[in-house]
Amino acid sequence: MINLSDILETIRMIQDECLDIRTITMGISLLDCTDSDIDRACEKVYKKITSCAKDLVRVGEEIEKEYGIPIINKRISVTPISMISAACKESPVKFALTMDRAAEAVGVNLIGGYSALVQKGFSAGDRELIESIPEALAKTSRVCSSVNIGSTKTGINLDACKLMGRIVRETAEATVDSDCFGAAKLVVFCNSVDDNPFMAGAYHGVGEPDCIINVGVSGPGVVRAALSKHPNADINEVCDIIKKTAYKITRVGQLVGVTASERLGVPFGIVDLSLAPTPAVGDSVAHILEEIGLEQCGAPGTTACLALLNDSVKKGGVMACSSVGGLSGAFIPVSEDAGMIDDARSGSLTIEKLEAMTAVCSVGLDMIAIPGDTTADAIAGIIADEAAIGMINSKTTAVRVIPAIGKKDGEELDWGGLFGHAPIMRVNKMSQSKFINRGGQIPAPLHSLKN
Amino acid sequence: MKAVISVIGKDAVGILAKVSSMCAEYNANVTDVSQSVLQDVFAMVMLVDITKLSIPLAELSDRMSALGKSLGLSVYVMHEDIFNIMHKI
Repeated sequence: MINLSDILETIRMIQDECLDIRTITMGISLLDCTDSDIDRACEKVYKKITSCAKDLVRVGEEIEKEYGIPIINKRISVTPISMISAACKESPVKFALTMDRAAEAVGVNLIGGYSALVQKGFSAGDRELIESIPEALAKTSRVCSSVNIGSTKTGINLDACKLMGRIVRETAEATVDSDCFGAAKLVVFCNSVDDNPFMAGAYHGVGEPDCIINVGVSGPGVVRAALSKHPNADINEVCDIIKKTAYKITRVGQLVGVTASERLGVPFGIVDLSLAPTPAVGDSVAHILEEIGLEQCGAPGTTACLALLNDSVKKGGVMACSSVGGLSGAFIPVSEDAGMIDDARSGSLTIEKLEAMTAVCSVGLDMIAIPGDTTADAIAGIIADEAAIGMINSKTTAVRVIPAIGKKDGEELDWGGLFGHAPIMRVNKMSQSKFINRGGQIPAPLHSLKN
Repeated sequence: MKAVISVIGKDAVGILAKVSSMCAEYNANVTDVSQSVLQDVFAMVMLVDITKLSIPLAELSDRMSALGKSLGLSVYVMHEDIFNIMHKI
């Protein structure tokens, strides 16, 4: 028989320490849905999504009950829409409306892939899609959008940085009635990945199979609880505890992914080795760092603690599953992490410190509210900085900032639910307009002489 | 195929009887029981064979959880695979 204490440990992790599967995301290719007639293309997209994902939510809920593990989100990612909309002459917003309708029909809460990949330049359809993002995100509730503007292999498209600075602002302006929520569904990436199960940045890459299941795990509360039992452990032991815990968390992700893939008759892709916080009490990455020994997140030492946490999660998780991918690492979305919210409010955590932290973890400046008077060029500057960290360090970085239109630092935005609430953080007001407006492409970096 | 039924809460008369009679009702064969009472907290873990279960496992989970609520206890029904995969390499 299974050991009694193992059973009680698992139950405690789920009931008291917020262990859950954050998302089962079905990736669906829309490459067979192109058509020069946009209405026909949209009809094909609707049919493809609703037929591939018709059982996704039911199977997810079944697994949830049978294994007793909560699966918080069931989601869908699709081929970057710019590749599908390129064949049509009309505004791609119709595709967003179709995605929204399809997502509602199958019961998923978010659908990602209103995306364009422009790391080296704009091809047909890319500019039109990017220009339509503010309208698309204002008119839909479930659609998420992402744009990749740089990579280690290509360098950074500075024109796209500039454009996205404006688009992020316009998206916030278009959704000012809902606390600028549109911008929370828009991510700007460097080195984006094809198999990411997490929103808002998920899309289904062109090298992926027709349909696939990817899983994102979670469990910051479990890691913190495990560490709290060893208050005097040295840092090697701390790393070992994190590794062992990450192993257990990730094993559950593997089990859920394999089971879902079998029942849906869809190949299993990857487990994203992640620590994803929620605003719920006891589900915070900041609190893990504080458990390791910081008074508050943002204190000198924060980057080191986060680096060891991130690395240990990967080391523990990688052995627990057959295939690892996605963004894999600890997330630090400010508005979605009760500890980070407190630390930002107290002034301990600043955007500059968060930027340093993104160099050693997944993924980037995430869910950060910035003052409403932040200019489009300043947002472009933030995007360029973050992309530079990703490009040089060969890792994924991203920017998901929410310009709080009409508000200033010290005030807050509140979306509720998993998106949480965000204290508006101060942004350096010095101008970068000359740099941003130079335009062109920052060349790909050297891959040797690494210092 | 097996599932683990865990019952945690304040000790009372007839807990084992009520849980096992529900198992019998839905054709789940109890193969092992382990229980302990620490001070007032009652913890029982039951291994049941669910190969011939007459209802879906998810439904048994709902019914057990409702039974638990009526007794003021937490009752969890979980497929054994989740424990095997987490605690064995």
